[in-house]
Amino acid sequence: MIHARRVNDMVIRFANVNGTGSASANELFARAIFRMGIPISSKNIFPSNIQGLPTWFEIRVNDKGYVGRREAIDLIVGVNPQTYARDVASIRPGGYFVYDNTKRLHPDLIREDIRYIGIPMMKLCMDNYEVPRHQQLFKNIVYVGALSVLLNVDLEVVRQLIREMFSKNEKLVPPNFKALELGATYARNNFEYPLDIHVERREATGDQIMIDGNTATALGAIYAGATVAAWYPITPSTSVVNAFEKYCKKLRTDPATGKKRYAIVQAEDELAAIGMVIGANWNGARAFTSTSGAGVSLMTEFLGLAYFAEIPLVLVNVQRGGPSTGMPTRTQQSDILLCAYASHGDTKHVLLFPSSPAEAFELTATAFDLAERLQTPVIVMSDLDLGMNQHLSPPLTWDDARVYDRGKVLSREDLEEMKEFGRYLDVDGDGICYRTLPGTHPTKGAFFTRGTSRDEYARYTEDGPAYVRNVNRLQKKWETAKQLVPEPKLFQSANRSRCGLVWFGTTGYAALEAIDLLESEGVYLDVMQIRAFPFNDTVARFFATHQEVFVVEQNRDGQFRSLLINELNLAPQQVLSVLHYDGMPIPADTIVAQVKDHLARIGIPDTPSQKLSVG
Amino acid sequence: MSYVKSRFRHPEQKKNAVGFVKSDYEGALSTLCAGCGHDSISAAIVQACYELSIEPHRVAKLSGIGCSSKTPTYFLGNSHGFNSVHGRMPSITTGANLANRDLIYIGVSGDGDTASIGLGQFCHVMRRNLNMTYIVMNNGCYGLTKGQDSATADYGSVNKAGSENPFPAIDLAELAITLGATFVARSFSGDKTQLIPLLKAALSHRGFAFLDVISPCVTFNNNKGSTKSYDYVRQHIEATSALDFVPEAEEITVEYEEGSSTTVELHDGSLLALRKLSPGWDPTDRNAAMNQMDKAKREGKILTGLLYAETSSRDLHDVLATVDQPLNSLTQEKLCPGSAALEGINSSFR
Ligand SMILES: Cc1ncc(C[n+]2csc(CCOP(=O)(O)OP(=O)(O)O)c2C)c(N)n1
Ligand code: SF4
Ligand SMILES: [Mg+2]
Repeated sequence: MIHARRVNDMVIRFANVNGTGSASANELFARAIFRMGIPISSKNIFPSNIQGLPTWFEIRVNDKGYVGRREAIDLIVGVNPQTYARDVASIRPGGYFVYDNTKRLHPDLIREDIRYIGIPMMKLCMDNYEVPRHQQLFKNIVYVGALSVLLNVDLEVVRQLIREMFSKNEKLVPPNFKALELGATYARNNFEYPLDIHVERREATGDQIMIDGNTATALGAIYAGATVAAWYPITPSTSVVNAFEKYCKKLRTDPATGKKRYAIVQAEDELAAIGMVIGANWNGARAFTSTSGAGVSLMTEFLGLAYFAEIPLVLVNVQRGGPSTGMPTRTQQSDILLCAYASHGDTKHVLLFPSSPAEAFELTATAFDLAERLQTPVIVMSDLDLGMNQHLSPPLTWDDARVYDRGKVLSREDLEEMKEFGRYLDVDGDGICYRTLPGTHPTKGAFFTRGTSRDEYARYTEDGPAYVRNVNRLQKKWETAKQLVPEPKLFQSANRSRCGLVWFGTTGYAALEAIDLLESEGVYLDVMQIRAFPFNDTVARFFATHQEVFVVEQNRDGQFRSLLINELNLAPQQVLSVLHYDGMPIPADTIVAQVKDHLARIGIPDTPSQKLSVG
Repeated sequence: MSYVKSRFRHPEQKKNAVGFVKSDYEGALSTLCAGCGHDSISAAIVQACYELSIEPHRVAKLSGIGCSSKTPTYFLGNSHGFNSVHGRMPSITTGANLANRDLIYIGVSGDGDTASIGLGQFCHVMRRNLNMTYIVMNNGCYGLTKGQDSATADYGSVNKAGSENPFPAIDLAELAITLGATFVARSFSGDKTQLIPLLKAALSHRGFAFLDVISPCVTFNNNKGSTKSYDYVRQHIEATSALDFVPEAEEITVEYEEGSSTTVELHDGSLLALRKLSPGWDPTDRNAAMNQMDKAKREGKILTGLLYAETSSRDLHDVLATVDQPLNSLTQEKLCPGSAALEGINSSFR
């Protein structure tokens, strides 16, 4: 077999057992490649379990910057005999299986079309470390060392990362260096290196960072001035509040007193969590909660209250595989309809769809402004892939001239000058009324907040016309929201194709690669990234000016498609689904295949004169 | 419908220390049934706040859903109010308090709202010792949904439809003491002389103050055989002590017999003077309180008055170590770390 040399273009997968310390070793290896200036992405594929079950870590290396998933795996580091059979089977022909040959491989595991690299990981550790726990932990570093040699990863970069990792516990540096060298030496002495797939230094990452979306979200909340966070633990959203706490400690501790300019409460359940957030926002603090899966279901009654009583709040939904407990450690975009219309009665909510950590930061900060401006819940629709995986991302940015939009809140002086205050009077004609905070004025501005129907002066009423006036005003506010939510992003200055493709959230990583793959095959589509619900005029125009539009999403039912059809009054046959819902992030190949299937039926659009560049 | 009362003020109404007259503490006209115990509790809240000279806008009143939870409309019309959803008042109040620690929080709930759908939140707000006064208007039934038994209905109590309650009652005051509430009292809507000083003490307490106020539902649970009817409660009530609330500035003038009286000093320096103590009871001893309640129950009596008080406790803000300034008043300069700090954070991710 002839093997083509491939530089900076590969998928590497580590097959481990969870709870064995492999995660940090794998991340170390991934970051070393990133430090060499090569774009990468990594995915943690982990079980809902603490110790002893299979877990995988996948790195895609691609110096063109494609960091979505691809299906072909070039090299697997197999450290978990439990999954050997499955791992061996998933390697592309010509790929590599790197394994621990302390024990011999079963003959059934031998494939003629892949190559085997045995490294006595356990033996090297047993010979060099005494404590069983160390033998286990350093095994991970041994394969990092060996792999670095095989794939041409700069060992000095790895060493530097180890130094940084243990900067607070320096005595751990030498034993890690030793393990790294054990692996590296073994590889040098026993194999030809580097392999035909390997990395070479580049300067293709610029000022980009590698960060998980949940951390970026938490930082967005801090920069937006959130002071109260209430939550209930649930994967994959837990690390949002963990990161919020970590950075608040650093950034929000009063230097004079050591006291906190924030409050975090681990609530008794998600109902209480969102209740606290509503109470805090009602009282003028920026507050948020984050949750996933079942947590969103539990929050729906309160979401309706906040919508109807017009209380700002930010909810971060890090979506995971549903329904019910579903696939708690896998990703999906399957809470679209639930969140858009959460709660009984005529309710709808503003949704934001970040597609990268930088956008998670930006849109979370924006969510607080929108929530207060619109006096309504704003839901940040993240997902497990964005939230828990390390992504290559533009740096987070904050404009120091940016001023928080606290919305229409009357001060004591405003109230002093006012003749008449009615909490639900639409004085400006945009459907958004003025609110007051408790404690503002001794005799003016007090009102009663309720989830029941009320008149313009916040008095309870069951009067039909008063009810209709109120809900129609809420509808007017919804129209105002369309002017305020983030614009969609168009990837062409003018339409050039009969067909369009719409994506949102983390689907973008694969969608943009799929677009380039399709173009290389002569299929040209116009592309739009939707970043918010309600859909504004730009979104409507995109549909009005394309005959067929593909909507790429990660759920079974085409929920986003339904939302588009419903809200924009589209003909169902105009909107074509591209779906993926096995819990793994959508690969570019899937998009290409499904788009081509559709096109086989509806016909390929003509080739335009100008080409699109999305990479 | 709630009606707006005429704001006519009698010229001779007496102003309190902060310049407000009693009608400044009233709310909209009640729409509850005539004779409903809940209205008497509202009146006691008005009186207590007036006498304590609390500025009305320094109070936030919150509730769940039920006839009882409607009452915040009927008192303190100059305070912000929040009628939330069924059983969830504690979480809303927790968030509100986290945002602004400087206001006085009055939470109103019913026995359905607290002992059934909201039992979880009730337990957890006590564990956290949130600085608030939590009042349950306890009528042993679901008034608003037309009289079903609630979880505080006594075993064997007969409801209006004539059926006996087959389940044991949840005693909210007992539960409160068990779960660490730092001020626990029981009273009766028909006993103003006891209820008003208890309310004043609860409002002056720093930490979680719980008041279980028996409040008969005249429409659905005031019949013969009900243990929450006016007649039954009047016949079976017994107090742990007689009590007076003594504001900080005043001195106790009456002398009581030694051994039969004690005082509880509250956080703001005011005192609750207790006399004619029931034998064997010490308001600062959880076990003594539990024993007294148990004893009363065995004797078929309803024990009222202060049951337990612990005045040196740390509230939620103390535990969380939040800054003294209300979080809702921190400015963008105090909250936003700025772009330079962000650049530092970015480089830690390269
Ligand atoms: C989620 C939900 N379920 C049911 C109801 C209907 N509901 C309204 S009030 C109430 C019971 C109220 O009882 P309680 O708290 O004792 O108040 P009371 O009317 O007796 O003062 C119920 C079940 C509701 N509002 N919300
Ligand atoms: S139904 Fe009962 S609780 Fe409700 S208002 Fe009437 S008397 Fe009061
Ligand atoms: Mg009741």
